[in-house]
Order: sequence, then structure tokens, then C-alpha cells
Amino acid sequence: MPAKRPLTPAGNIVQFYNCKVLRNHELVEDYLYIQDGRIIDPRHMFWGKQVTPDITIDCEGCIISPGYIDVQLNGAFGYDFTSDSDCAAKAADVISKGLLLQGVTSYCPTLVSSEADVYEKVVPHLGPRKGDIHNGAEILGAHLEGPFISPQKKGAHEVTTFTSAPKGLSDFTDRYGLKNLKEKVAYITVAPEVEGIMDSIEQIKRETGIKVSVGHSMATVSQAEEACRRGCTLITHLFNAQPTFHQRDPGVVGMLGSSEHRPYYGIICDGIHVHPNSIKIAYNAHPKGAILVTDAMAAQGLPDGAYKLGQLDVEVTNGKVVLTGTDTIAGSVATMDECVRNFVKFTGASKVEALENATLHPAEALGIADRKGTLNFGADADFLLLDDDLNVKRVFIDGEEVKPEELKFTPRTHQSVPETP
Amino acid sequence: MRLVIRDTSDQVSEYVAAYVKARIEQFAPTPDRPFVLGLPTGSSPIGTYRRIVQMYREGDISFKNVVTFNMDEYVGLPRDHPESYHSFMWNHLFKHIDIPPENVNILNGNAEDLQAECDRYEEKIKSYGGIELFLGGIGPDGHIAFNEPGSSIQSRTRVKTLAYETILANARFFDGDVNKVPKLALTVGVGTVMDSREVVVIITGANKAVALAKCLEEGVNHMWTVSAVQLHPRSLIVCDEDSTLELHVKTVRYFKSIEKVQDEMIGRENLGLYGQVAGPLKYKVIPYGA
Repeated sequence: MPAKRPLTPAGNIVQFYNCKVLRNHELVEDYLYIQDGRIIDPRHMFWGKQVTPDITIDCEGCIISPGYIDVQLNGAFGYDFTSDSDCAAKAADVISKGLLLQGVTSYCPTLVSSEADVYEKVVPHLGPRKGDIHNGAEILGAHLEGPFISPQKKGAHEVTTFTSAPKGLSDFTDRYGLKNLKEKVAYITVAPEVEGIMDSIEQIKRETGIKVSVGHSMATVSQAEEACRRGCTLITHLFNAQPTFHQRDPGVVGMLGSSEHRPYYGIICDGIHVHPNSIKIAYNAHPKGAILVTDAMAAQGLPDGAYKLGQLDVEVTNGKVVLTGTDTIAGSVATMDECVRNFVKFTGASKVEALENATLHPAEALGIADRKGTLNFGADADFLLLDDDLNVKRVFIDGEEVKPEELKFTPRTHQSVPETP
Repeated sequence: MRLVIRDTSDQVSEYVAAYVKARIEQFAPTPDRPFVLGLPTGSSPIGTYRRIVQMYREGDISFKNVVTFNMDEYVGLPRDHPESYHSFMWNHLFKHIDIPPENVNILNGNAEDLQAECDRYEEKIKSYGGIELFLGGIGPDGHIAFNEPGSSIQSRTRVKTLAYETILANARFFDGDVNKVPKLALTVGVGTVMDSREVVVIITGANKAVALAKCLEEGVNHMWTVSAVQLHPRSLIVCDEDSTLELHVKTVRYFKSIEKVQDEMIGRENLGLYGQVAGPLKYKVIPYGA
């Protein structure tokens, strides 16, 4: 076992030079300075403390971007947060580490619709946890997708678990657990047209502080607008699991054109879930709201084959995931760095725009842009060195470089369905 | 006084940067005997700083043993305000090079006692044995540092009221709001600049043409404070063609002819940095009457 690499001594200032830094919506030729896991203002160092950097790192012309944030990831590396409820801590450990190699430095582990016992077992392991080179990517809190959603837009969720909220908040706490909601969850996805949901949104936000997203929903545009008026700030995987756009009632998608409370929207940019033209239409309509999500499932990071998504069997062929024996898409195996590159290819957007959709916008949506998703002074030193084609070259988290060879994690290659010999 | 005329402002920057580098090399500074350099802000030196940074990146110049004194700073502007001269120097020069922060001196426009700050500055310059080379630019009205027209040629570092014209002109940097423009500045005096062992002034652009003509062809005059360089034993003005528009053709031809004689007839190998004869001449002098 190789000796543990010495970490940067406390108080040391590291300067990154020969780089293009993503700052204030621009790539600028500048330097980046970090100290004790934070991005620092070098002017305080120079004029105030009158010191110079202890360590300098040549970025060889790379782009420096904040680390990617994935707000919707069901699983990866053979683990699924929902179906692996007996080993949730292990799943979080493997996935958190593996994600670093894809440039994801913080994320929201996502659970599909489940019964109360699953939330009770799993969610306590998915609460906010600081990211570093030992823990892996930072966990920002869980994303609970369903079960307060529409049976008509079940996607790959197990419809028998679905429920409604006639009693308001207590229905949510009965299913999820109040402590989970208050301490472990970043946001939930609900269908506002389901009984009792619309009237619960304000109370959920007030009592638990979590964000509420609209998804897996048959909501009309006026219902979606009402949900946003009451405090929903996100749309879960825009276009997927919601009615198609109709000119007289554009439904949830219609929120892109709302003149009040336009929400952020997650969009799966794997080229399978959403046609590139649809992505471009959404982005042109509401560029500041776009958030790239992978919606990845257990097979992400693994070869094609048969896997579990929640309780359901799924099959992965050529990067496409479907419920076994059907055409229903069931999550993706895309990585966030692919999604960012795809976004540039699909929309012709600038690198800055693509990067901000994976960094600044998700951070803003979660209300954490003071420390994540930017390279502003004071933010956490989670960032990536990218080449001009946006391939991830080096990853830093909590101010330390991730060395792939030292990142100890074992993907589970076991498959749920025995392979025929 | 020497006047070097180059075709473009880029060539002026190139010349001045190379000159500063050569002077530092010639001085061979050490930690105990640093090269003390006076520095300006404004549009004139930007190209020169850019070229110096490039030379630093190529490993051709180091500021480890250089001490700098800046000319001026606004009063009451936060240090990190984008228009402060601290910010200017940080962005154009200091963040790019290896100068130790303790070697950098800029007047503190937020000092409680402004005149005491100015006196401290003069003392600090003195403690280094004075400034070896003061690099400067000028304004269209011929001001050097914030020594605007009418400043005493003997002035020292002090608090200066800005001319109303200057405040109006600067409003464009402060959201177009005259009220946000600082009304006072701290500046080294004309006398402070003239005390340095060498003065190099960068003058580029047609809008500086009148100032250059006043400085060069007329007498020393406190209404064109840069004209004081006429009295300095070692001064150099580097300008571009555009800035010579108001000069007499004779003046331009005269200074160009000096360079021509030095380049083509005496030979640069025979001359030192200041154009002085350096050592025994390496060409044969034909004796009178031969």
C-alpha cells in the first residue's frame, strides 16, 4: 500500500498559473489562489499579510472550472441508492469516490419512490457530508424523487409505492421521516396536482428548509405556475415524465415561458432522454435556469448488462437504459463531464455557458452559491482543470488534488440477473 | 535630455521595458543593495508593464531585489476598488511577477493623517538612498504624477486637490457619477521625481502632442510640470510618432539624427545605456590633417 501523500500544510497558499479561470461568466487568463481548502483573495495575501504563495502549480493552459454538481444521481459503479438499502453507507462511499474521476465534486444522491422503511434505512446515510480526497465528492443532501408523484407519469418508478398528501406535511413526514427532511434532504420532487401536494409546498419549505421540485407530473401550466408561486423552484428532468408541449396548455414545460417565478430545470444531456433540439429550445428560452443532471443509475461507470433500478430490472445496451423487455427509459449511464461536452455540441453554447449549467446554476438552485459552483473568493476549493475540449485533466477537492491511483474504491460488477452462459 | 522616437506605441513599450531590464541588470541588485524603481499608473505604462510581464515569464527579468515606489493614489478609495492604483498595479504588474510584497510601496490614501503618510513616504524613499530610476507618464496637460498645472516644481509628496477637469474626465471610471470620483489624491512631488538619479517618461498618442511640445521646446514651466525634466541631468523621453505632431520638424529631425549618428557612425557597441561613450572607442579615429 503506497504511503499516504502528504497533504498541503495548513496555512500554505497554493497558486495556480498559466490557466483560464471561470469567473464572473468569463474565462479569464488569471491565477487562482487557495489556502486551507478555500479560494482566497490574493490581494489580502499581497497587500495585507505581505506573503507570497508557498506552492505554485503550472496548469499548462487548462481551463479552471468549479467542480461539477449533480443534483440527480440514483446510482453508479454497481450501486443504487434505493435498491441497496442494506448497504447505503457503502454505496455512498463507492459512488462519492468514483464521481470525483468524472469531475463531480458534490452531488445529491437520489432515491426513487419507495416505502417508508427504505427512507428510514437509507436517507440517514445521505445527509450533507463534506467532500475531500478521503470521503470523495461532497454530499449536499439527498434528493427524494417521489413517491408523491403522478401514476400517469411514473417513468421507471414502482407505482405501488406512490401516495398523496391529504393530511399535508404529516403525510410527508410519515413517509420520509421528519428528521430526514430536516437534516438529510436537499430537495424533493413532487407532482403538485396530486391530492394535498399543492397545499403542502409552503409548509414543507417553512418547516424543513428543503427545496421542492416539480416532476413526474401531469400538472397543467396553471398548476405548475401555482406550484412555483407557492415555492417550487425547480423542475425535475425537464421534458421527461411530464406531458409534451401543447400550445394551449404547455404543462410543466410551459414554465420556461412564465413571466413570473421561472424555476431552474434539470435536463438530462445524454442525447437519449431529450433530443438535442429540445435542449436547445429550453436553453434559449431560459438560459439562466438550466441545470445539467445525469439521472445516472447503477450501471453508470460499468459495462452494458442487466441491473436493478429500485425494485425494477433494467437493461443497459450501448449507453441506453430501459426497463427490461420494454422501451421505457429508466435513467441514464451518462457521466457529468460527457453531459457538459454534449451540451456544447447540442446547443452551440459557449464553454462558459455549458460549465455554468453544471456548476453555478445547480449551486444557485440549492442556495449554496456562496461556497459551491463558483471560484469566487471564500468558496470551497473544489475545482477542475479541463482541456479546451472540456475533458477533465485534474480534479481538486477541498484544496487537494485527487490522485486516481490513490482513490480506493471498488465498483460492484455483480449483475442482478444471472448471465446466460 | 534624450528623446527617443519610435513609430508606434508598441515599440515605445518594447523600448522602455528593455531599457528598464537593462538598467536593472547593469545595477546588479542584491537584497542589501536593491534597485529602487519609481512607477506610474495610467494608460501610458500599460504596454510597458505587459512587456515586462512577458519578459518575466520568459525568465529574462526578476524583481526579487527591486523595490518600487508608486507615484500616487486616490484619497478615500478602498484599496481593492477596481479604480484604485493599488488595483491597477496589482492587475498590470505585481500579481504577475516575483516582487516580494514588502518591497512594494504605494501611498495609503486611507491613512488617518494624510500628510504624515506623505512625510513617511519621503522618509522611506530616503532610507533606500533615493530612487534609481523614476518611470513616468504624463497627462494631456503635461502633469507628471498628480502634479497638475501650477504645482510647484519643487513640490514634495503631499495631498493634492484634483482639477475639476480631471474629476470630470475620471467620472467615466466611476459609473459616470462625478460624486463618486475622489476629489483628492496623494502624490509624490515634482521635486521628489527630480531627486531620482534618472527619469524616464513615456509619452504616446496625439492627445499628448501639445504637452510634449511644451515640455521639450519651451522653458521650464509649472503649468506643464513635466517640463522640469529639462533640469534633470539624466532624463529620457520615449515617445511615438503620434505624440510628435506639435513639435517642430527641426526638433524631431535633430533627435532622430542623434540616434542615427549613434547607431550608424559611432556604433552602439561604443556607447553605454545613457548614450555616453563607454570605454575606449572601438573604431579608428582619423587624426586631424591626415
